[in-house]
Amino acid sequence: MATDLKDQELLVYESRIKVPYTWSVGEVGSRFLTELKENKKIWGTKCPICEAVFVPPKKTCTFCFVACHEWVELKDEGVLQTYTVVRYDSDLIPGKKPQIIGIVLLDGADTGIAHMIDGVSPDQVKVGMRLKAVFNDKRTGQILDIKHFKPI
Amino acid sequence: MDNIAIVGVGQTTIERNKLGDTFADMVFEATQKALEDAGMTMDDIDNVITTSNDFWDGRTISTMAVGDACGAGMGKNMSALEGDGTFSCFYGMTRILSGVYGTSLVVAHVKGSESENLLITNAIFDPLYMRPIGLDSLNSAALQMRRYMTKYGVTEEQCAKVSVKNHKNALKNPYAQIKKEVSLEDVLESRLIADPLKLYDCSPISDAACAVIIAGDDRAKKAKKPVWVKGVGYCADSYFLGDRDLADALALDMAASKAYEMAEITDPLEEIDVAEVYDAFSYMELMWYEGLGFCPVGNGGKLIDKGVTEMDGKLPVNPSGGLLSGHPVIVGGMIRLAEAVLQVRGDAGDHQVKNVNTALAHGINGPCGQSHCVWIVGR
Amino acid sequence: MGKKRTAIVATGQTHHRSSRLDVNGIELINEAVVRCLEDGDLTIEDIDAVVIGNMDHFEGINYVDTWSIDGSGGFMKPTFKLTTGGTTGSTVGQSGFYLTASGMFDKVLCIGWEKNSESDTTAAITTAFDPIWDRLVFAGAIGGLAVEATKYMSEYGATEEDAAHVAVRDRTHALNNPYAQLRKPITLEDVMSSPMLSDPIKLLDVCPRTDGACAVVWANEDYAEKICSRPAWYHAGSVKHPFNLLGDTDLTTLVSMELASKEAYKKAGIKEPLKEIDVMELYLPYSCAGLSWIEAIGLCERGGAPRLVRDGVTNMDGELPINPSGGVIATNCIGATALLRMAEAAIQVMGKGGDRQVPDVETAVATGFGGCFWSDISVLRSKKP
Repeated sequence: MATDLKDQELLVYESRIKVPYTWSVGEVGSRFLTELKENKKIWGTKCPICEAVFVPPKKTCTFCFVACHEWVELKDEGVLQTYTVVRYDSDLIPGKKPQIIGIVLLDGADTGIAHMIDGVSPDQVKVGMRLKAVFNDKRTGQILDIKHFKPI
Repeated sequence: MDNIAIVGVGQTTIERNKLGDTFADMVFEATQKALEDAGMTMDDIDNVITTSNDFWDGRTISTMAVGDACGAGMGKNMSALEGDGTFSCFYGMTRILSGVYGTSLVVAHVKGSESENLLITNAIFDPLYMRPIGLDSLNSAALQMRRYMTKYGVTEEQCAKVSVKNHKNALKNPYAQIKKEVSLEDVLESRLIADPLKLYDCSPISDAACAVIIAGDDRAKKAKKPVWVKGVGYCADSYFLGDRDLADALALDMAASKAYEMAEITDPLEEIDVAEVYDAFSYMELMWYEGLGFCPVGNGGKLIDKGVTEMDGKLPVNPSGGLLSGHPVIVGGMIRLAEAVLQVRGDAGDHQVKNVNTALAHGINGPCGQSHCVWIVGR
Repeated sequence: MGKKRTAIVATGQTHHRSSRLDVNGIELINEAVVRCLEDGDLTIEDIDAVVIGNMDHFEGINYVDTWSIDGSGGFMKPTFKLTTGGTTGSTVGQSGFYLTASGMFDKVLCIGWEKNSESDTTAAITTAFDPIWDRLVFAGAIGGLAVEATKYMSEYGATEEDAAHVAVRDRTHALNNPYAQLRKPITLEDVMSSPMLSDPIKLLDVCPRTDGACAVVWANEDYAEKICSRPAWYHAGSVKHPFNLLGDTDLTTLVSMELASKEAYKKAGIKEPLKEIDVMELYLPYSCAGLSWIEAIGLCERGGAPRLVRDGVTNMDGELPINPSGGVIATNCIGATALLRMAEAAIQVMGKGGDRQVPDVETAVATGFGGCFWSDISVLRSKKP
């Protein structure tokens, strides 16, 4: 006998996935994050062929597919390439709303770094403005050891 | 190449929350429709490929949820791709060209309603350097939109025109989720999501499934309504947002060049009659015009200003209403392909473009359109 | 276009370890890719397309194909991701055949990898099962396998000691493989006295958790012999994933393997597998699988496997050596595991096995296992099809 399910009340089962992760940073990333933590310094790696300087550092050049052994110390200043002001609530963004997020090209680097921008109001922030890294007082060896970038 | 055809397509309606349907229910519906469309039964299907995403589905091996619904349970040889459905259709096509199978059924599903967009799309980003900042599909798109506007002087109004056009087109598509006409003012004055992205620049969260049946040689020739694959290409750019100039769609250029080369297309604007492109956000459609060679780089805004891509323009883009009117991730590009097939057959109903000989479909994968897949199909 | 003969022409793998803190996932992948390219004397420019696979929730990375570009070499190349759970490696491996056989690409790089040290493997595997029906009551890898072992043993009178012989064999073979993770000899007593995990499965009956990656290059007939003097030609394959709920499976034998191997043997013209196949690399995640599943794959009648294994038929010097690499019981980086089987089978055909080489291999068989008692099989040969 076929049963008509047209008027069947529809149930949902509420659940979540709970899987903890411990991501390996690797030797290259470990050096980068240790420098942030211990010395408030930002280092990148340089491709021996195209000479692109990557920050965060890469073990292998994206473009040339060769190992990048050379380390380059970068300034903690750079230029804002693009940004957004996040107007919605997100628990994943560490800063407070409305948080500015941008991509900063550090002096001496060829690739930008995505981070939070602070110390400037949403209506004053501009592409091309110069920014400087602000370090957390308490640093633990992670990208958020840079608290945010602020205008110089 | 003229020995591979798409012989059947099926899609569910796109909805905000298909509460009554499991993943398998949706895939079964799309599969049945595709089989019916092709005039085939499951016995005619030599192998299947599913498309899904373990994060969206909340389960490892998300293909397992739809095995019975698409024939894997019947012992069909199967594979499973994670990414946009246009890529799985490519794989389905190569499985025929290999000479091993005569037909491939390719399915895709997603239920955006069942999880949280921000959590899932934050996980697209590298856990060490990008995820801690809180990047997600919305704010990363906003970074790209700003960069695109800055580099090429494209305006918010030009982006908004895409939204107006696609919402209007969606009114005539029975599968579309959002059927609401919006004006330029509506878009420009809609709620700021992440500057410069506003609510109506963004596609919604959606549930849907789609199925495509591909056949080769004799099996294609015997099909009721074959639409021939003329060319296809796909390509991935670099991953970290700061590694790319987000204003340029270099990988799309590469993928399209490959597809055009196969299809012997030298002037896409002249030779393509309709295009269904991956408009996850309004500005993306303009960027993709450029990557697809519909206009010179930086001129996407001017192209929409001229009305070229309107329903009655020289090259209508997204007559279905695109993803701005319903965006089932993973399925999105496959629906574009299904729509392109319907357009070539003249079966697109109220949103049919006149005299379509050649249609283009486009899918993307990865953050900010990192990877692209381009299909050219025709008579 | 289409219908080209195609072969595995190069392989590469990491030295597998329980934990590789010195590399992140992208860098781990890169090690296997670089070795693979070196093996074929290739550069990344020679590669037309890349396919990669793993299990998302083992590393918590969404969109692994796009994330791994720096390591895979997929930058500005056609790249996509395939994933089917434990069978991911064979899914990825076989895609290289289809993509090159289609004529759309001449040379394709296939990568499988996993960094199991980064999460709780059992928690991640548990999420594979249906959240409403299976996950709450009966899921995770060992539980399902233990039920299968109990069923097999009660059906055919096999013993825990019979199973232990499989573990000892594979671990002994692993001593010859410089890449294997567990390279310490074990005895029958060691297995029997190891801690019970889930009756009748003990610690030394099961695979470890591994960080590792594997890569292979496929090339079609226009290029294969230029890259490799003795390529491993693909002759046949089959993929059977018939079950989706644990309760649907028949546990007296591995049904999917029976279906898959019959189909593959038919395509490859193999009538007497034990005689005609020279070496097998089987995805045996625990010892009892080395009994029941070799019956399913047609090496002997049902219930005959304990005898076959005890008689040494599947040892290195036996009629049909199984797992010269040490197999899964010695190394299990899940997304790479089934691709390692394929790579090791190819290595045997190429004659590049070093201390683990079986003499004069003309036909090698590799399998994948995963999902809900799913099986994949591939037949590789030195002879062009």
